[in-house]
Amino acid sequence: MSDTWVDGNGLAGALRELFAVDITTARGTCVGCGTVGPVAGARVYTRAPGVVARCPGCGGVLFRLVRGPDRAWLDLRGVTCLEIQVPDSG
Amino acid sequence: MARAAVLGRLSWRVADVVDVVEETSTARSLILDVPDWPGHRPGQHVDLRLTAEDGYSAQRSYSISSAPDGGRVELTVQRVEDGEVSPYLVDVVEPGDRFEVRGPVGGYFVWDPDDPAPVLLVAGGSGVVPLMAMIRTRGARGSPAPFRLIYSSRTPGTAVYRQELRVRAESNPGLEVAFAFTRVPSTATDAGRRRVGTDRLRESGWPPDLGPTCFVCGPTGFVESISRLLVDAGHDPARVLTERFGPTGG
Repeated sequence: MSDTWVDGNGLAGALRELFAVDITTARGTCVGCGTVGPVAGARVYTRAPGVVARCPGCGGVLFRLVRGPDRAWLDLRGVTCLEIQVPDSG
Repeated sequence: MARAAVLGRLSWRVADVVDVVEETSTARSLILDVPDWPGHRPGQHVDLRLTAEDGYSAQRSYSISSAPDGGRVELTVQRVEDGEVSPYLVDVVEPGDRFEVRGPVGGYFVWDPDDPAPVLLVAGGSGVVPLMAMIRTRGARGSPAPFRLIYSSRTPGTAVYRQELRVRAESNPGLEVAFAFTRVPSTATDAGRRRVGTDRLRESGWPPDLGPTCFVCGPTGFVESISRLLVDAGHDPARVLTERFGPTGG
Protein backbone atom coordinates (compact mmCIF):
# COMPACT_ATOMS: atom_id res chain seq x y z
CA MET A 1 0.00 0.00 0.00
CA SER A 2 3.04 2.25 0.13
CA ASP A 3 2.25 3.74 -3.27
CA THR A 4 -0.95 5.39 -2.12
CA TRP A 5 0.97 8.24 -0.51
CA VAL A 6 3.53 10.85 -1.47
CA ASP A 7 5.65 12.97 0.84
CA GLY A 8 5.71 16.45 2.30
CA ASN A 9 7.90 17.94 -0.45
CA GLY A 10 4.78 18.39 -2.57
CA LEU A 11 3.14 20.57 0.09
CA ALA A 12 5.82 23.26 -0.17
CA GLY A 13 3.64 25.60 -2.23
CA ALA A 14 0.47 25.10 -0.18
CA LEU A 15 2.40 25.82 3.04
CA ARG A 16 4.34 28.76 1.59
CA GLU A 17 0.98 30.40 0.99
CA LEU A 18 0.54 30.50 4.75
CA PHE A 19 4.07 30.92 6.14
CA ALA A 20 6.87 33.40 5.48
CA VAL A 21 9.54 30.68 5.36
CA ASP A 22 9.74 27.21 3.81
CA ILE A 23 8.05 24.81 6.23
CA THR A 24 9.07 21.57 4.48
CA THR A 25 12.55 21.86 6.05
CA ALA A 26 11.08 22.43 9.54
CA ARG A 27 11.50 19.52 11.92
CA GLY A 28 8.35 18.31 13.63
CA THR A 29 7.93 16.07 16.69
CA CYS A 30 5.14 13.48 16.57
CA VAL A 31 2.68 13.50 19.49
CA GLY A 32 2.19 9.76 19.20
CA CYS A 33 5.68 8.29 19.09
CA GLY A 34 8.14 11.17 19.49
CA THR A 35 9.72 10.71 16.05
CA VAL A 36 11.44 13.90 14.95
CA GLY A 37 11.81 14.61 11.23
CA PRO A 38 11.39 17.15 8.47
CA VAL A 39 7.91 18.00 7.23
CA ALA A 40 9.22 16.93 3.78
CA GLY A 41 9.45 13.37 5.11
CA ALA A 42 5.83 13.10 6.27
CA ARG A 43 3.59 10.60 4.48
CA VAL A 44 1.04 12.66 2.63
CA TYR A 45 -2.34 11.35 1.52
CA THR A 46 -4.07 13.55 -1.03
CA ARG A 47 -7.16 11.45 -1.82
CA ALA A 48 -9.19 13.12 0.89
CA PRO A 49 -10.95 16.42 1.39
CA GLY A 50 -7.73 18.41 1.72
CA VAL A 51 -4.51 16.57 2.57
CA VAL A 52 -3.53 14.44 5.54
CA ALA A 53 0.11 14.16 6.68
CA ARG A 54 1.08 11.14 8.75
CA CYS A 55 4.15 10.26 10.82
CA PRO A 56 6.60 7.97 8.97
CA GLY A 57 7.36 6.34 12.33
CA CYS A 58 3.93 5.37 13.67
CA GLY A 59 1.42 6.37 11.00
CA GLY A 60 -0.42 8.76 13.33
CA VAL A 61 -1.92 11.95 11.90
CA LEU A 62 0.52 14.86 12.16
CA PHE A 63 -1.52 17.56 10.47
CA ARG A 64 -4.34 18.19 8.03
CA LEU A 65 -4.61 21.05 5.58
CA VAL A 66 -7.82 22.11 3.87
CA ARG A 67 -7.92 25.02 1.46
CA GLY A 68 -11.08 26.94 0.65
CA PRO A 69 -11.47 29.77 -1.84
CA ASP A 70 -10.57 32.48 0.66
CA ARG A 71 -9.17 30.65 3.70
CA ALA A 72 -7.25 27.61 4.85
CA TRP A 73 -7.67 25.30 7.83
CA LEU A 74 -4.46 23.86 9.29
CA ASP A 75 -5.06 21.26 11.99
CA LEU A 76 -1.76 20.48 13.73
CA ARG A 77 -3.16 17.89 16.10
CA GLY A 78 -0.26 15.46 15.92
CA VAL A 79 2.70 17.82 16.14
CA THR A 80 3.97 18.86 19.57
CA CYS A 81 6.69 21.16 18.27
CA LEU A 82 7.89 22.56 14.93
CA GLU A 83 11.51 23.66 14.82
CA ILE A 84 11.59 26.28 12.06
CA GLN A 85 14.71 27.83 10.56
CA VAL A 86 14.33 31.59 10.45
CA PRO A 87 16.60 34.15 8.78
CA ASP A 88 19.21 35.69 11.06
CA SER A 89 17.78 39.10 11.94
CA GLY A 90 21.34 40.42 12.24
CA MET B 1 21.81 22.87 6.02
CA ALA B 2 21.62 26.17 4.20
CA ARG B 3 20.63 29.26 6.16
CA ALA B 4 16.95 30.12 5.89
CA ALA B 5 16.22 32.82 3.36
CA VAL B 6 13.78 35.69 3.56
CA LEU B 7 11.13 34.80 1.04
CA GLY B 8 8.77 37.14 -0.74
CA ARG B 9 5.07 36.53 -0.86
CA LEU B 10 4.27 33.52 -2.99
CA SER B 11 2.18 34.67 -5.93
CA TRP B 12 0.95 33.22 -9.20
CA ARG B 13 2.80 34.43 -12.30
CA VAL B 14 1.83 33.97 -15.94
CA ALA B 15 4.37 31.78 -17.75
CA ASP B 16 4.78 31.84 -21.54
CA VAL B 17 5.61 28.54 -23.23
CA VAL B 18 8.50 29.38 -25.57
CA ASP B 19 9.47 25.88 -26.67
CA VAL B 20 8.61 22.22 -26.18
CA VAL B 21 10.98 19.24 -26.42
CA GLU B 22 9.72 15.68 -26.91
CA GLU B 23 11.86 13.64 -24.50
CA THR B 24 10.21 10.23 -24.87
CA SER B 25 6.83 9.03 -26.18
CA THR B 26 5.31 9.89 -22.80
CA ALA B 27 7.39 12.80 -21.51
CA ARG B 28 7.93 16.32 -22.69
CA SER B 29 9.93 19.30 -21.54
CA LEU B 30 8.27 22.72 -21.53
CA ILE B 31 10.57 25.71 -21.71
CA LEU B 32 8.92 28.66 -20.02
CA ASP B 33 9.61 32.33 -19.84
CA VAL B 34 8.49 33.59 -16.43
CA PRO B 35 8.69 37.38 -15.96
CA ASP B 36 10.21 38.42 -12.61
CA TRP B 37 11.27 34.84 -11.85
CA PRO B 38 13.30 35.11 -8.62
CA GLY B 39 15.68 32.23 -9.52
CA HIS B 40 15.71 28.72 -8.12
CA ARG B 41 17.92 26.13 -6.47
CA PRO B 42 18.42 22.73 -8.12
CA GLY B 43 15.80 20.28 -6.82
CA GLN B 44 13.05 22.82 -6.28
CA HIS B 45 9.68 22.66 -7.99
CA VAL B 46 6.79 24.88 -9.05
CA ASP B 47 3.06 24.66 -8.59
CA LEU B 48 1.30 24.92 -11.93
CA ARG B 49 -2.33 25.99 -12.33
CA LEU B 50 -4.56 25.53 -15.37
CA THR B 51 -7.85 27.40 -15.48
CA ALA B 52 -10.63 26.56 -17.94
CA GLU B 53 -12.88 29.15 -19.52
CA ASP B 54 -15.68 28.19 -17.14
CA GLY B 55 -13.42 28.97 -14.19
CA TYR B 56 -12.64 25.37 -13.20
CA SER B 57 -8.98 25.09 -12.24
CA ALA B 58 -6.58 22.26 -11.50
CA GLN B 59 -3.22 22.50 -9.81
CA ARG B 60 -0.16 20.22 -9.76
CA SER B 61 3.44 20.34 -8.60
CA TYR B 62 6.28 19.78 -11.12
CA SER B 63 10.02 19.65 -10.63
CA ILE B 64 12.24 22.12 -12.43
CA SER B 65 14.74 20.37 -14.71
CA SER B 66 16.90 23.35 -15.74
CA ALA B 67 19.82 25.10 -14.08
CA PRO B 68 19.09 28.65 -12.94
CA ASP B 69 19.06 30.85 -16.07
CA GLY B 70 17.28 34.19 -15.63
CA GLY B 71 13.57 33.96 -16.37
CA ARG B 72 13.92 30.73 -18.34
CA VAL B 73 12.48 27.75 -16.48
CA GLU B 74 12.22 24.23 -17.85
CA LEU B 75 9.78 21.62 -16.55
CA THR B 76 9.73 18.00 -17.68
CA VAL B 77 6.32 16.35 -17.43
CA GLN B 78 5.54 12.64 -17.61
CA ARG B 79 2.08 11.77 -18.92
CA VAL B 80 -0.11 9.99 -16.35
CA GLU B 81 -2.66 8.00 -18.35
CA ASP B 82 -5.68 8.77 -16.20
CA GLY B 83 -4.34 12.20 -15.25
CA GLU B 84 -6.19 15.46 -15.56
CA VAL B 85 -3.29 17.88 -16.10
CA SER B 86 -0.29 15.96 -17.46
CA PRO B 87 -1.94 14.70 -20.71
CA TYR B 88 -2.70 18.32 -21.58
CA LEU B 89 0.87 19.43 -20.85
CA VAL B 90 2.42 16.50 -22.76
CA ASP B 91 0.06 16.27 -25.75
CA VAL B 92 -1.64 19.63 -26.25
CA VAL B 93 0.39 22.61 -25.05
CA GLU B 94 2.40 24.40 -27.74
CA PRO B 95 4.67 27.44 -27.91
CA GLY B 96 2.69 30.63 -27.37
CA ASP B 97 0.37 29.06 -24.79
CA ARG B 98 0.29 30.46 -21.27
CA PHE B 99 -0.57 29.18 -17.81
CA GLU B 100 0.15 30.15 -14.23
CA VAL B 101 3.03 29.03 -12.04
CA ARG B 102 4.14 29.92 -8.54
CA GLY B 103 7.47 29.22 -7.00
CA PRO B 104 10.12 28.13 -6.72
CA VAL B 105 9.06 26.13 -3.68
CA GLY B 106 10.62 23.41 -1.54
CA GLY B 107 13.83 23.76 0.43
CA TYR B 108 14.45 20.18 1.52
CA PHE B 109 15.29 18.20 -1.63
CA VAL B 110 17.86 20.74 -2.80
CA TRP B 111 21.55 20.47 -3.71
CA ASP B 112 23.86 23.27 -2.59
CA PRO B 113 26.29 24.00 -5.48
CA ASP B 114 28.84 25.35 -2.98
CA ASP B 115 29.02 21.98 -1.19
CA PRO B 116 32.05 20.02 -2.48
CA ALA B 117 30.91 16.70 -0.89
CA PRO B 118 30.37 13.72 -3.22
CA VAL B 119 26.79 13.28 -4.39
CA LEU B 120 24.88 10.11 -5.21
CA LEU B 121 21.73 10.56 -7.26
CA VAL B 122 19.30 7.66 -7.57
CA ALA B 123 16.36 8.12 -9.94
CA GLY B 124 13.34 5.92 -10.62
CA GLY B 125 11.54 6.86 -13.85
CA SER B 126 10.68 10.54 -14.09
CA GLY B 127 12.25 11.01 -10.64
CA VAL B 128 15.30 11.95 -12.68
CA VAL B 129 13.85 15.42 -13.34
CA PRO B 130 15.00 17.31 -10.20
CA LEU B 131 18.27 15.35 -10.29
CA MET B 132 18.84 16.62 -13.84
CA ALA B 133 18.57 20.18 -12.51
CA MET B 134 21.39 19.30 -10.09
CA ILE B 135 23.55 17.79 -12.87
CA ARG B 136 22.96 20.78 -15.15
CA THR B 137 23.69 23.24 -12.33
CA ARG B 138 26.88 21.38 -11.48
CA GLY B 139 27.95 21.73 -15.12
CA ALA B 140 26.96 25.39 -15.40
CA ARG B 141 28.73 26.32 -12.18
CA GLY B 142 31.82 24.21 -12.85
CA SER B 143 31.38 22.54 -9.46
CA PRO B 144 34.11 20.01 -8.60
CA ALA B 145 31.73 17.90 -6.45
CA PRO B 146 31.94 14.31 -7.73
CA PHE B 147 28.52 13.12 -8.94
CA ARG B 148 27.25 9.62 -9.59
CA LEU B 149 23.79 8.98 -11.04
CA ILE B 150 22.05 5.62 -10.99
CA TYR B 151 18.99 5.89 -13.21
CA SER B 152 16.40 3.13 -13.25
CA SER B 153 13.82 3.11 -16.04
CA ARG B 154 11.73 0.45 -17.73
CA THR B 155 13.53 0.50 -21.07
CA PRO B 156 16.17 2.63 -22.79
CA GLY B 157 13.35 4.31 -24.72
CA THR B 158 11.64 5.54 -21.56
CA ALA B 159 14.81 7.05 -20.06
CA VAL B 160 14.42 10.83 -20.18
CA TYR B 161 17.54 12.88 -21.12
CA ARG B 162 19.34 9.67 -22.13
CA GLN B 163 21.38 11.28 -24.90
CA GLU B 164 22.28 14.38 -22.87
CA LEU B 165 23.32 12.22 -19.93
CA ARG B 166 25.61 10.15 -22.15
CA VAL B 167 27.20 13.29 -23.56
CA ARG B 168 27.62 14.88 -20.14
CA ALA B 169 29.11 11.70 -18.67
CA GLU B 170 31.82 11.89 -21.36
CA SER B 171 32.40 15.64 -21.24
CA ASN B 172 31.80 16.64 -17.60
CA PRO B 173 34.75 15.47 -15.47
CA GLY B 174 33.61 13.85 -12.24
CA LEU B 175 30.14 12.87 -13.48
CA GLU B 176 29.38 9.17 -13.82
CA VAL B 177 26.08 7.81 -15.12
CA ALA B 178 24.81 4.23 -14.74
CA PHE B 179 21.55 3.11 -16.31
CA ALA B 180 19.42 0.21 -15.06
CA PHE B 181 16.62 -1.00 -17.31
CA THR B 182 14.00 -3.08 -15.53
CA ARG B 183 12.02 -4.39 -18.51
CA VAL B 184 14.65 -5.16 -21.11
CA PRO B 185 14.55 -8.86 -22.03
CA SER B 186 17.08 -10.44 -19.76
CA THR B 187 20.28 -12.12 -20.87
CA ALA B 188 22.57 -14.19 -18.77
CA THR B 189 25.01 -11.31 -18.42
CA ASP B 190 22.69 -8.52 -17.35
CA ALA B 191 19.89 -10.35 -15.55
CA GLY B 192 21.25 -9.40 -12.15
CA ARG B 193 21.76 -5.76 -13.08
CA ARG B 194 18.24 -4.82 -14.03
CA ARG B 195 16.79 -3.81 -10.69
CA VAL B 196 18.73 -1.46 -8.44
CA GLY B 197 19.69 -3.34 -5.29
CA THR B 198 22.47 -3.51 -2.75
CA ASP B 199 25.08 -4.69 -5.25
CA ARG B 200 24.29 -1.98 -7.77
CA LEU B 201 24.34 0.74 -5.10
CA ARG B 202 27.74 -0.48 -3.96
CA GLU B 203 29.20 -0.78 -7.49
CA SER B 204 27.87 2.47 -8.92
CA GLY B 205 27.44 4.56 -5.75
CA TRP B 206 29.82 5.87 -3.07
CA PRO B 207 31.07 4.10 0.04
CA PRO B 208 29.38 5.54 3.16
CA ASP B 209 32.69 6.57 4.72
CA LEU B 210 33.17 9.24 2.03
CA GLY B 211 30.15 11.02 3.51
CA PRO B 212 28.21 11.54 0.29
CA THR B 213 24.89 13.36 0.12
CA CYS B 214 22.33 11.00 -1.41
CA PHE B 215 19.29 12.24 -3.33
CA VAL B 216 16.66 9.60 -4.11
CA CYS B 217 13.63 10.51 -6.23
CA GLY B 218 10.96 8.38 -7.87
CA PRO B 219 7.75 6.47 -7.20
CA THR B 220 7.05 5.98 -3.50
CA GLY B 221 7.84 2.25 -3.42
CA PHE B 222 11.16 2.78 -5.25
CA VAL B 223 12.24 5.56 -2.89
CA GLU B 224 11.27 3.55 0.20
CA SER B 225 13.31 0.60 -1.03
CA ILE B 226 16.43 2.52 -2.11
CA SER B 227 16.58 4.77 0.96
CA ARG B 228 16.32 1.73 3.24
CA LEU B 229 19.12 -0.04 1.36
CA LEU B 230 21.35 3.04 1.61
CA VAL B 231 20.80 3.38 5.36
CA ASP B 232 21.32 -0.38 5.86
CA ALA B 233 24.61 -0.05 3.93
CA GLY B 234 25.79 2.50 6.47
CA HIS B 235 24.84 5.87 4.98
CA ASP B 236 23.90 8.60 7.45
CA PRO B 237 20.06 8.80 7.37
CA ALA B 238 20.31 12.60 7.66
CA ARG B 239 22.21 12.66 4.35
CA VAL B 240 19.77 10.44 2.47
CA LEU B 241 17.28 12.97 1.09
CA THR B 242 14.12 11.68 -0.51
CA GLU B 243 11.30 12.86 -2.75
CA ARG B 244 8.36 10.61 -3.58
CA PHE B 245 5.77 11.32 -6.23
CA GLY B 246 3.33 8.46 -5.72
CA PRO B 247 2.60 5.41 -7.87
CA THR B 248 3.14 6.90 -11.30
CA GLY B 249 3.83 10.60 -10.90
CA GLY B 250 1.75 13.76 -11.03
